[in-house]
Amino acid sequence: MSSVSEVRPRRRIPSEQDLQSGLPAYDMLEIARPVDTKPEGCLLEAKQLFKAYRKNRHEVPVLKGCDFQARAGEMTAILGQSGSGKSTLLHLLGTLDAPDAGEIYFGGERIDNLSRRRRDQFRNSKLGMIFQFYHLLPEVTAFQNVLLPMMIQEGFWGYVRKRKQIHERSRCLLERVGLSHRLHHRPRELSGGEMQRAAIARALVASPALLLADEPTGNLDRATGNQILQLLRELNHESKLTIVMVTHDEQIAQRCDATIRLADGRIQAEG
Amino acid sequence: MYRWLLCWRYLRTRYIALASVVSVMLGVATLIIVNSVMDGFTTEMQERMHGILSDVVIETHSANGMPNHPVFEEKIRKIAGDDLVGLTTVVHVPAMVAIDHRGENITRQINLIGIDMDSYADVSDFSKYLLHPENREQISFALRESGYAPDREQFPESGWVHRRRMAQFKKRMREMQRQLELEQERNTRLREEIDQAAQAAVSGHGLVSAPAAEPSEELAADHGLAFPETPEQFASPVASESTTDALADTDGPSVNALATRPEDVARVFDAEQEQHAGIVLGISIGSTRYRNEVGDVTDYYYVQPGDDVQVTFPSAGSMPTALNEYFTVVDFYESKMSEYDATFAFVDIGVLQQFRGMQDAVSSIQLKLREGADLNAVRDRLRAEFPPEMMLQVNTWRDLQGALLAAVQMETTILNILLFLIIAVAGFGILATFFMIVVEKTKDIGILKSLGASGAGVASIFLGYGVLLGAFGAGVGAVAGLVFVANINSIAGALEAVTGQEVFDPTVYYFETIPTIVHPAMVVWVTLGAIMIAVMASVLPSIRAARMHPVEALRYE
Repeated sequence: MSSVSEVRPRRRIPSEQDLQSGLPAYDMLEIARPVDTKPEGCLLEAKQLFKAYRKNRHEVPVLKGCDFQARAGEMTAILGQSGSGKSTLLHLLGTLDAPDAGEIYFGGERIDNLSRRRRDQFRNSKLGMIFQFYHLLPEVTAFQNVLLPMMIQEGFWGYVRKRKQIHERSRCLLERVGLSHRLHHRPRELSGGEMQRAAIARALVASPALLLADEPTGNLDRATGNQILQLLRELNHESKLTIVMVTHDEQIAQRCDATIRLADGRIQAEG
Repeated sequence: MYRWLLCWRYLRTRYIALASVVSVMLGVATLIIVNSVMDGFTTEMQERMHGILSDVVIETHSANGMPNHPVFEEKIRKIAGDDLVGLTTVVHVPAMVAIDHRGENITRQINLIGIDMDSYADVSDFSKYLLHPENREQISFALRESGYAPDREQFPESGWVHRRRMAQFKKRMREMQRQLELEQERNTRLREEIDQAAQAAVSGHGLVSAPAAEPSEELAADHGLAFPETPEQFASPVASESTTDALADTDGPSVNALATRPEDVARVFDAEQEQHAGIVLGISIGSTRYRNEVGDVTDYYYVQPGDDVQVTFPSAGSMPTALNEYFTVVDFYESKMSEYDATFAFVDIGVLQQFRGMQDAVSSIQLKLREGADLNAVRDRLRAEFPPEMMLQVNTWRDLQGALLAAVQMETTILNILLFLIIAVAGFGILATFFMIVVEKTKDIGILKSLGASGAGVASIFLGYGVLLGAFGAGVGAVAGLVFVANINSIAGALEAVTGQEVFDPTVYYFETIPTIVHPAMVVWVTLGAIMIAVMASVLPSIRAARMHPVEALRYE
């Protein structure tokens, strides 16, 4: 694969028509949308998180009073052994699950006790997520996978109205992650690295402020993994995209701005 | 938008789900076919019954009828008001008809109905079921010359043509019979003469010898009791003087011979020139239907227009006696309702009243109301006016055929319930398939939720999937059903050819083809019902999908 950084999406100047229609023209290069950060510089903060799972009537505590902070515009790694609760922490941060106790703040706003509806909206517009197993929908093409968050956000008529812009942005993003030649391929026709790139494009299509990554390189060979990391790094640098990455790999953690070590459901050290 | 995209994708990539709607398809098609055929039968039958029975019937239980019916008619006209468009009076009695066929008598139990020729057509479709085209225009109890049932090739030549031929034939038969009897008589006499002569010879000469002067003996022995072969033999001068005298005595209709006044002569019934009072027989009374060796449905007629039949019916009065009268069949009545065709016989009301000695009393008054009039309301008003003490019964045609109509209605309802249960069973098939699909798609559901899709949104994917599948199944089923109904008779024919089993037997139903009526509303309801069942079957799996926990869904392998 040729160097990713060479592939630059072309900037689309909003046409006269777009301006007149009054619709917000998507900036094709804007990856992350800036969010007020309170306290200063801190985008995502968790306080005293507790979470336990039930297994056959036995309560298995996973998080036991876990604190967490991620600074805006930084790449933060959560490092820990298998079973240390790092994935659970990420799910809680991504509002996919609710903590038994504790609070989570995003840009100064509490998000763990939001209504289901607001949480859905939050996940959709403020948050991008990528996973170890990519989690692309197998039935639709890479391009349609990238469209999905916008479809969810805009609803039927909104999507129909803004179809052109949404398609343009999705195409730009896929170009940006180096998949311009794979737009209309199904996930099973893509390699692991390509799938992860498509997943990144999908995570970024709604211009989120935060990208949560759950072992994004865990299923890739080192070279491809490094390319993915390189891509994330670039995105982070270009548009101050805040990234929180879960990994068990020290080397990857070292390439991040900050590292949080998690063991036995608590934060061990920060660095 | 993603719902439609994924819905469509799942529909395109999961063909197994289509298999689960095949039963919906079949159910819908069957429902449409069954309903169309049942509706066809019911409508055809009701139309006929209605046409035959008129709208409202006021009937008396008295055998003597209602003598004061003009008063009643006045009242009815007042009560029914503008709703009334036709009114006729009818006399009906149970009767027996005896049909002479090839020297044997066929007796049938019938309803003898005396109708008023002028007004009966106002209340009932009676005349359109007659065979003679002119009778369909205006019913007449006079025999027509010929031209009965021009649309039937197999219908025998009937009318006056047939009557004259039969009369001549019978006359000839009678003549032959008479001559045979004469011949026998003459032979007997000759034998007696010979015996006497022989006795005289024995007593005179004591010797038996054939007298040469008796050539007639040999001749008589030759002929024996056989038919005379040539007319000359009748005229042969062999007979003695006394024999010819006897012949002259019995020759020709004896009544005419005895008659001295011309009016007495005219009273003798001449079947070649005259007819009895006319009677219209239900076609099944005088015929039987069978399949010939080729397999075609054929009618065999015991009696045909132009023939005479004898009808036995009760007289009016306190001690009813059986009356026997000859009637001439002037037409057949074919409503294709086997019950009516096998029992109804129509005569002129005046003739029946006269025969029964009931003056101008009638047994029922039949009303025809305007289109769209409320029959039951009119019936109830009439009932209030004619209480049961008057031995009068007021009924609508529906009341009279209530049992049959209710039975047909019941059959239709039960069939509908059964067939809808089939679709409901198909619904469970869809339910199972959908559960499998939801389980298979667990991860996708997790992904969608992580992307911010709401539970309702995810549920609507599967609901929409159910709607699309149901609509597809019901739509294809509806089209298949309609195509089947449109070609039902050729399909029945093909089935007969393949299986050798009669699908629709015209000898039983009196319909040549299977009648069908497609009510668009019925098709719409059936289709919507099937779609509803498919949707309902997809509700549970959809709820399950909506409730799925995103983290667990994402972890699912």
